[in-house]
Amino acid sequence: MAEASWEVAINSKWCKKCGLCVAFCPKKVLGEEMGAPKVLNESLCIGCLLCEMHCPDFAIAVKRRDSK
Amino acid sequence: MAHPLEKYLRAGKLPHIWCAGCGHGIVTQAILRAVDELQLDTEKTVVVSGIGCSSRAPGYLHFDTLHTTHGRAIPFATGIKMANPELRVIVVTGDGDAAAIGGNHLIHAARRNIDLTVICFNNTIYGMTSGQYSPVTPGGSFASTAPYGMVEPSFDLCTLVAGAGGTFVARGTTYHARPLTNIIKEAIKHEGFSFVEALSQCPTYYGRRNKLRAPLDMLYWYRDHAVGVSQWEKLTDDEKAGKFPIGVLKKVEHAPEFSRVYSELIARARERSEA
Ligand SMILES: Cc1ncc(C[n+]2csc(CCOP(=O)(O)OP(=O)(O)O)c2C)c(N)n1
Ligand code: SF4
Ligand code: SF4
Repeated sequence: MAEASWEVAINSKWCKKCGLCVAFCPKKVLGEEMGAPKVLNESLCIGCLLCEMHCPDFAIAVKRRDSK
Repeated sequence: MAHPLEKYLRAGKLPHIWCAGCGHGIVTQAILRAVDELQLDTEKTVVVSGIGCSSRAPGYLHFDTLHTTHGRAIPFATGIKMANPELRVIVVTGDGDAAAIGGNHLIHAARRNIDLTVICFNNTIYGMTSGQYSPVTPGGSFASTAPYGMVEPSFDLCTLVAGAGGTFVARGTTYHARPLTNIIKEAIKHEGFSFVEALSQCPTYYGRRNKLRAPLDMLYWYRDHAVGVSQWEKLTDDEKAGKFPIGVLKKVEHAPEFSRVYSELIARARERSEA
């Protein structure tokens, strides 16, 4: 079975730059650039959804790549 | 890419008014994820709130919603449930809304075991009005109305509701977002009065005054002080000091539910008057 691949997207219109997503990501997929979260290493994402579930602003979403 | 829960949101109203890092968005998301995983019919789900930062949540939700007056979410929700017992009614409330001005409604709804799911966003402070203490502000912590530290003992909301007769009582935190979602799912499924205390950080008015300035500091505080209920039961009193249990704390199934009992009463009264 092929490794699952995940898409991580940040909605900068809703993001308030609290940094929680960056802190919760266990794989350093996310990092901070000029005070805002940024997807740095998407290929490392394991789809745990910790960033998505801890974002107070519905501003980060994680989706399995091949799923519709 | 749209957020997976966006269909439950009034997306045009976002970004919401909550401060950066406020826990209320995490609890709101946990509710929506629970609704999604349970595949609830949103046409038959009503969300009711009182007044406060937490009580703003229903304004962002794409359900039938009712934003009422301070402390009165439960009476409005009771009216909805009694008028149409087919509806699933979820109450979103703050610790001030639920336990101070609305405390009487809370205990009596619990006593009646009416089928409402009350989610209390507990930030241990009045957030909306800039940080006055509430009946659950921990002893010694600072609030705008407790500049020398809170001297009153506080309520344990779960113990209060369980004692008043609520048949499902649970506690979670925003650090434990996945378990919180599971607890909310169980609460929604429960037939009878269900109460979830969701500890939610207010970095602006609680954190700032209590050396937990960053939202993350408060989340780590939850991580370091919460103990899963099965583990909790094994602790000695000394080990429990300063900590609190999370998980389902009380669950009584098949207790008479108020809207059902009342419908039966109506049927009996009709029979008698027709006889
Ligand atoms: C009858 C009445 N009294 C007082 C107020 C002022 N007031 C608005 S919100 C609030 C407290 C909110 O605190 P809480 O319920 O804990 O919610 P939070 O804002 O912390 O989420 C108060 C006292 C009001 N709106 N109506
Ligand atoms: S958790 Fe959400 S609001 Fe906070 S920085 Fe990440 S995407 Fe932005
Ligand atoms: S004042 Fe506190 S509770 Fe209100 S939105 Fe800000 S952080 Fe949240």
